[in-house]
Amino acid sequence: MSHPILEVEAASARDTAAGVALTGVVRVLGGRRVLDGVDVRVPFHGRLGIVGRSGVGKSTLLSLVAGLDEPDAGSVTVCGRASAPARLAQCALMPQRDCLLPWRTALDNACLALENSGVPRKEARRRAAPLFARLGLAGAELLRPAHLSSGMRQRVAFLRTLLAGKETLLLDEPFGALDAITRAELQEWLLAALAGEPRTILLVTHDVEEALLLCERVVVLADGRVALELDADLPREVSRRELVTSPAFLELRERALEAIG
Amino acid sequence: MRHLWPLALLTAAVGVWELVVRAAQVPDYLFPAPSAIASALGSDAGLLASATLVTLREVVLGYLLAVALALALAVALHFSDALRRALLPILVLSQTVPTVLLAPVLAILLGYGITPKLVVVAIVCFFPIVVNAVDGLRSTDAELVQMMRTLHGSRLAIFRRVEVPGALPAVFSGARIAATYAAVGAVFGEWAGSSAGLGFVMLQAQPALLTARIFAAVLILCVLALALYAAVSLAERLLVPWKLEVAHA
Repeated sequence: MSHPILEVEAASARDTAAGVALTGVVRVLGGRRVLDGVDVRVPFHGRLGIVGRSGVGKSTLLSLVAGLDEPDAGSVTVCGRASAPARLAQCALMPQRDCLLPWRTALDNACLALENSGVPRKEARRRAAPLFARLGLAGAELLRPAHLSSGMRQRVAFLRTLLAGKETLLLDEPFGALDAITRAELQEWLLAALAGEPRTILLVTHDVEEALLLCERVVVLADGRVALELDADLPREVSRRELVTSPAFLELRERALEAIG
Repeated sequence: MRHLWPLALLTAAVGVWELVVRAAQVPDYLFPAPSAIASALGSDAGLLASATLVTLREVVLGYLLAVALALALAVALHFSDALRRALLPILVLSQTVPTVLLAPVLAILLGYGITPKLVVVAIVCFFPIVVNAVDGLRSTDAELVQMMRTLHGSRLAIFRRVEVPGALPAVFSGARIAATYAAVGAVFGEWAGSSAGLGFVMLQAQPALLTARIFAAVLILCVLALALYAAVSLAERLLVPWKLEVAHA
C-alpha cells in the first residue's frame, strides 16, 4: 500500500533536487528590477522554454542559473545545490553567438571542455570525433570556424556544450541568428541529438514556435515575472508541419503571444 | 604586383637625385649621388660587412630581449590590477625620456661592450610591445570568458586557450612597430661609445668627410630594419594563420 506512494515521493524529490529551481528570484540591474519574483521549476531531464520580449531578463535568468551571477533575493538551485560555484559546476552555457575560437578547428573547439578538465588533447579528440559523425558534422572536423556555415558553427557550439558532460544545458537563443530554413533544420537536429543524450534544458528564445517545438513546458516572462506557464503537451509523433498547424499548437501559441503582450 | 607602384616611385626619386647631384656638380663629401653610395658599398664592402654583423647581433639580441621582457611584464600587468594601475602610467611617462640621452648614461654604467647596446635596443622596442600585448589580453570578449567558465575553464585555462591566442594579433602589431625601431636603437647605443658596428663606422666616416660611406651605412640599417620587420610578419603568418581567415569571413 505504502510502497508506490514512497516511490512517487522519491521520484518527485529526485526531480526537484536534480533539476533546476528558481524561487522568488529578484535581480536588480542598473536600478531596474529585471527579475521581480520569478518562480520556475524544471524537472531532471525536463526541457523548459523561456520566451519574452528582448530585455525582459531571459539572459539574466540563465546567468543566474549558470552561477555567473547572484540573485538579489530568492534562491536558485541546480541539482539541489545553491552556491554559485556549485551551479557553475553543473551547467554548460551556449551563448547566442556561437563563440567558437577562430584559432581552433571545429573538432578542437568541441574538445574545449574536455581539455579544460584535464583530458589530453589527443584523448579529447578521440572522444569527440564519433559525435561529429553521428550528428551530421562528418568532414568538418579539421575546418576552422571561418570555413563553416552559420548552421554548422551552431552545431559545433552545441556539441562543445554537450561535451562538457554537464546535466544542465542553458541555451541562449541558440538559433536566433540563423535563417528560417537553417533554423528549422537545426531544431530537428537538436531534438535528435537530445533524444540520444538527454539533459535538463533551459532554452531562451524570442520565438514562441521554437519553444513549443523543442520544450515540454514554456514560461512567458513579462515585467520581471512569469506571466504564463504552458504545458506543451503536444502530439510529438506527427510531422513538424502537421504539428505547427494543429489546433492545440495554435492555441498554445496564441496564449503565449498574448502573454508576451 | 602591389609593390610595383612604391618601387616605381622609389626608382624615380633615386633617378632624380642622381640627375640633380650631377647637374649641379655637388661634391661627394657634401651630398653623394646614388652612384657614389653604390660604389662606396662596393669599395668598403669588407668594412661594412663586419660592421653589419656587429650591429645585426645587437639588433636581433636586443629585440629578442625586448620581446621577452615585454611579454613577461604584459602577463604580470594583465593578472594584477594593482600592478597595472601603478606601473602603466609610469611606463607611459618613461617614454618621454629621449633614448638618445639615455645611451651615454648606459655606456658609463655598463661599459663599451655589447650590453649597453642591447639595453638601448630593448628600451626602444619594449614599449609598443607591452602596450599592445596588455591591450590585446584585456580586450578578450567577455562572452568567451563566460562560456569558458561554464565549460570547466579555470583562470589558467581561460588565459592559455582564450586570452593568449586572442591577444596574438595585437602582440604582433606591437612587435612589428618595435621591429622598425630596433636598428635605430642599436646606432644610438654605438654612438654613445663603441669600437665596432654601423654606428661606429658612421662616426668614423664623418670627420673624414666620407659621406658616401655614411649613406651606405644608413642604407644597410634600413635593410636591417626591413628584414626584421619581414621576419616578424612571417612569424605572425605562421603563428596566427587564422587572422586572415577571420578578416575574410
